[in-house]
Amino acid sequence: MGTQARWKPSTLLLILLFLIVTIIVLFPLYAITLASFKPSTEMMRQGLNVKFESHLFSWHNFNSVFEHRYYVRWYANSLFIAAIFTVSSIILSSVVGYALAIYEFRGRNVIFVLVLVTLMLPTEIIILPLYKLMISFHMINTYWAVIIPFVVAPLPIFFFRQYVTGLPKDFIDAGRIDGCTELGIFARIFVPLMIPAFGAMAILQAIGSWNNFLWPLIVLRVNEKFTIPIGISTLLTPYGNNFDVLVAGSLVAIVPLLVLYIFFQRYFISGLTVGGVKG
Amino acid sequence: MDTKLTVNASPSKPQSGFWSSLPYSKKVAPYILVSPFIISFLIFFAYPVVNTVIMSFQEILPGQVEFVGTANYEKLSNAQFYRAMYNSAIYTILTLLVLIPVPLIFAVFLNSKTMRFTNFFRSTLFIPALTSVVVAGTIFRLIFGELPGSLLNEFLGLFDIAPVAFKQSAGISMFVMVTLATWRWVGINIIYFLSGLQNIPHELYESAEIDGANAMDKFIKITLPLLKPVTIYVLTISIYGGFAMFTESYMLFAGNNSPKDIGLTIVGYIYKSGIQKNELGFGSAIGITLLGIVLVINVIQLKFFGLFRKED
Repeated sequence: MGTQARWKPSTLLLILLFLIVTIIVLFPLYAITLASFKPSTEMMRQGLNVKFESHLFSWHNFNSVFEHRYYVRWYANSLFIAAIFTVSSIILSSVVGYALAIYEFRGRNVIFVLVLVTLMLPTEIIILPLYKLMISFHMINTYWAVIIPFVVAPLPIFFFRQYVTGLPKDFIDAGRIDGCTELGIFARIFVPLMIPAFGAMAILQAIGSWNNFLWPLIVLRVNEKFTIPIGISTLLTPYGNNFDVLVAGSLVAIVPLLVLYIFFQRYFISGLTVGGVKG
Repeated sequence: MDTKLTVNASPSKPQSGFWSSLPYSKKVAPYILVSPFIISFLIFFAYPVVNTVIMSFQEILPGQVEFVGTANYEKLSNAQFYRAMYNSAIYTILTLLVLIPVPLIFAVFLNSKTMRFTNFFRSTLFIPALTSVVVAGTIFRLIFGELPGSLLNEFLGLFDIAPVAFKQSAGISMFVMVTLATWRWVGINIIYFLSGLQNIPHELYESAEIDGANAMDKFIKITLPLLKPVTIYVLTISIYGGFAMFTESYMLFAGNNSPKDIGLTIVGYIYKSGIQKNELGFGSAIGITLLGIVLVINVIQLKFFGLFRKED
C-alpha cells in the first residue's frame, strides 16, 4: 500500500484502541468455541475458561448435539418457522407499505398512524390476551401460533412505505395504459426496484424469528415443538448435566446467521438498524 | 361501493363487469393491499389491547370470569411488584448510561479522518448482534460461572480476589445483565451514530477550524447538537428495550425465578403471574402498568425533545 509510512501516531493509537475493543467483543465467542471442543466434564469441574489444552480436544460435544433427543428437531422447527415467517411477513408487509406510499385513499393517514401506534407499544403488554386468544383458537403448541400474530409486522410496513415513497412513480401510468392490473404494477414494476428493501427486511425478520424467545416460550409447551432458543434454555439446569449439548449447541445455533452475515452483510446492517425499534 | 367501482374502472375496458374490472381499479386496490394489516391489527392488536384493559378488572378462573373492580390494581402494591419495577428501571437507566455515550464516542473515533479500517471494525463489532439473548446469555452465564476456575473468577484470582458467586448478589447480577446488553448492542448503536455522523456536512468542521476551534469545541458545538435526532432515536429504543427486558434475566437465573427476586423484571412479573400462576387478570393489571410507563415516557420525551418520531 505504501500508506503505512504516512499514518499519524493518532491513527495508530485509534487502530490499537479498536483492536483491543474488537478482541474484548469477540472474546465470549472465542470462549464458547473453545469450550465446545473440550470434554464437558472438564467444564463442570473447572467452569468455562480459555486454557488452550490441545490434549483435551474432542468432537464429543458435537456428537452429543446431533444425538440429542430433540436438538435436531428444535433446529428443524426453527428453520421451518423462520422460513414461513420471513417469506410471508415480507410479502404481506410490503404490499401494505406499498399501498400506503403509492395510493391516495380515504383512511390512508389513519392506517399509517395505526402502524406507528403498533410500532410504538411493546408487544409484551398484550401477551396475556394474545395467549388467551391462541387458546381459544386451539393454536397452542402449533407453529402457526408463533407465526400468525406477528407476521404482518409494523416495522417492515413502515420501512417499505419509506422506501417506496423514495422511488420514481413515472412508470405507474405507463403500466396502466399498457393494461397492467394494479397488482401487476406492484409485481412487475415495483418489486424489482424494491429488492434491497426486501433483502433488508428478510434479514430482519429472519433474525427476529430465529432468536425470538418470549412468545414461543408461551405458546410452545412440548419438547418436540420447541424452537432452538427455547430448547437451549431448557438445557440450563442447576446440575450442569447438559453442558455438552448446551455449549456446542449454542455455537451451532449461531452458524446460520453467521453464514448469512458473511454473504449479505449490507442487508444485515440496514435491516438491523431499523430493527432496533423492537429491542 | 359497487357503483363507485364501475364509474372509476378504466374507460378502455367499457363492457367489463364488476369482477373483471376489479384488478384495474385504483379505488379498490389500496384497500385490498392494506387488508392484511387491518385484519392483523384488529385481531392481534386492537382486540388484545382492549381485552387487557377488561381483563385487568377481572378474576379469570377456568370457566368462570368475575369482575373484581380495582382489586387487581390494589394487589399491585406488594414487594415483588416494587422489586420488578425497580429492577427494570435500574436496568434501563444503566443501559442508557453505557449504550449511548460509549457507542457515540466509538462512532466519532471510527468516523475521524485519520482512522483506517473503519468498515472492518464496524462489521466485526456488529457480530454479537447476531447472537440471540439465549445464546449470549448461556455464554455469559458460563463466563460469570460460580466455579473458582471459571473465566471471570480466574481473572479476579490474578488480583488475589476471592471467587465470587455472581448470581447471589443483586448488584453483580445486574452488572452481568447490563454487560450482556452492552455486548449485544454496542455494534448496532455504533452504526446508528455513524450514519448520523456521516450526514453532518464537512464544511461545518472546516469553517470551525478556520475560526480556530479545537477538536473538543467541534465535538461539543457541532457534533453533539447535530446528532440530537439520532441520539433521541437511540434513547427511545433503549428505553423500550430496557423496560421490555425479560430474556436476559431468564437466562442468567436459568428460569424466571431468582433468589429474593433480584432478577425479576416487569415482563418477568407478567409472565410469572399470567402464565406460570395463571392469574391472567392480575397479570393484565401489570401489563397496563407497563403501558402507563411507556406512555408517560413518550409524553416526557415529547415535552423535552419536541418530536421523537423519526419523520412526518
